[in-house]
Amino acid sequence: MNPLVCVKRVVDSSSEVVLTDDGQGVDGRFAGFTTSAHEEGAVELAVRIAADGGGGATVLTLGDTDAVEQLRSALAVGCSAATHVLADPQAYGPADVAREIAAVVRDHAAAGTPHDLVLLGNDAADTGDFQVGIRLAYELGWPVVNGVSTVSVADGVVTASGAGPDGHETYRVPLPAVVTVLEGGVEPRYPTVPGRMKAKKVLIEEREPVTEPVGPSRVRLVLPPPSPSTVEVLGEGAAAAPAVVDLLERLGVLAR
Amino acid sequence: MILVLVEVSPAGGAVETSREAVTFARDLAAVGGGVPVDVVLVGAPDDALAGVLASYGVRRVHALTGPAYDSFSGAAWAAGLVEVRERAGSVVVMAAGTPRGNEVLAHVAARLAVPMAANVVSFGGLSPFTVTRQVVGGAVLEEMRLAERPAVFTVAGHAVPAAPADVPGAGELVVETPTVAEADLVARVVSTEEPEPDLSGALTSARVVVGAGRGAGSADGFDDLLELVELLDGSLGVSRVVTSLGWRPHHEQVGQTGSRIAPELYIPCGISGAIQHWAGCSSAKAILAINTDPDAPMVTRATHAVIGDLHEVVPAVNAEIRRRRG
Repeated sequence: MNPLVCVKRVVDSSSEVVLTDDGQGVDGRFAGFTTSAHEEGAVELAVRIAADGGGGATVLTLGDTDAVEQLRSALAVGCSAATHVLADPQAYGPADVAREIAAVVRDHAAAGTPHDLVLLGNDAADTGDFQVGIRLAYELGWPVVNGVSTVSVADGVVTASGAGPDGHETYRVPLPAVVTVLEGGVEPRYPTVPGRMKAKKVLIEEREPVTEPVGPSRVRLVLPPPSPSTVEVLGEGAAAAPAVVDLLERLGVLAR
Repeated sequence: MILVLVEVSPAGGAVETSREAVTFARDLAAVGGGVPVDVVLVGAPDDALAGVLASYGVRRVHALTGPAYDSFSGAAWAAGLVEVRERAGSVVVMAAGTPRGNEVLAHVAARLAVPMAANVVSFGGLSPFTVTRQVVGGAVLEEMRLAERPAVFTVAGHAVPAAPADVPGAGELVVETPTVAEADLVARVVSTEEPEPDLSGALTSARVVVGAGRGAGSADGFDDLLELVELLDGSLGVSRVVTSLGWRPHHEQVGQTGSRIAPELYIPCGISGAIQHWAGCSSAKAILAINTDPDAPMVTRATHAVIGDLHEVVPAVNAEIRRRRG
């Protein structure tokens, strides 16, 4: 069992966002970068599933050369192989990315490493498209389970569950399958020092995209107008308590 | 024609975000010269639901029925939407930007090989058809062109308030039994457990949410906050760092990767207000920030603030509430 897990280098949303002059992307010079939170959960699940099934998890990204950092992070927490599709991610729409992932799945299968399970994050923290995993499933002709937080595999069947609108929902789907993950079901492990050392030594498969991207249909990015601060400061420290309770009464949230 | 997927709550009503999406569709239809708005839902609607949808200006309610719709499958729901869409020739297919809405419309877009825009907040022009949507957790807006037909997109929660139409629609019920392939039923829900009480459902419906961030200090730093929650009959919501550190469970998390809340009052205590968190609480009607840093984003974006340590302010507020209640 060799699951494939897809990750994306994204802007760290705890930092201030500055756009490039052409409005086509976030200016990386002023940003911190990380892996989407949901994908950290997907990586952890992939590593556990690979360990249970006596195989190895492969991590995949499409991105520029800096995105190797995200691959190394996943290798440091237990992935055993990595594939890097070298491309400008801003030029790729969700359908383009899905096509590239499908090409990797097919090529790896042809080379003797089939990935019967592909894990992705439910949505990327930057572009928030909510569709790459689903488009990938249609590319491959596989079933897709979307937005689950726990995933396990036994006897060729993937069992996945997560919160739905009517309660906790469970799916059971025969492999091969695509599953998109929401954070919260598993605790991503921290990399150990030996893990980091090992990750540095893994030879990363680098490849070119297989097709010209159609693009993301983006006209431009804009920052929402900053809303002027109209905050009313009620006071400082414990002395503000009466003013706070006055506010609670005024808003009608204190009545019992 | 504009086709909108409407989600029905377990109690049988149209969920608020779906009514928002129908309201958005109506505004779009008016700009488009008064094209009709139809909805698709799963199951047989009762008279009350049909009446509500008619009051929102809906012309027809297409109800997907049959064994394929006994439990959720994104592909099966999409198959039904696509079948109704193809017969009626709708130029726009929409849903609310909920987990279900985004999932089903992604299936629709993949099946029709057209783009999909998630979490749209407004539309620009009709030719070319452009929309503006939230990206980076709402910190950035993306203008996106949807050149192909149908235009497929979901509407971000609270982008428009849900409002009935000036002129009601006919709300004519059309029972649909679409052909659903076996392959579209492979990934379907096989069991649903009732949610445990007081999980995130209570958080998203609470009138008052008390928020806690890194400023809580430790897993033991929540006693005063929980007392305030109880005094206000509210819910506790926490930032991502609090769940990452294991201080509180994930279902209490508010933010881009947690719950999105819209209470009457949100009281974030010791939360700086990173984009990730703001994405989940920006719809609160009033925000009272309690923070030691007067320049923290949460403070400058709040309606009210107290500058100070939550471990001093919150116990004093609790004591004051108890005193006034005698």
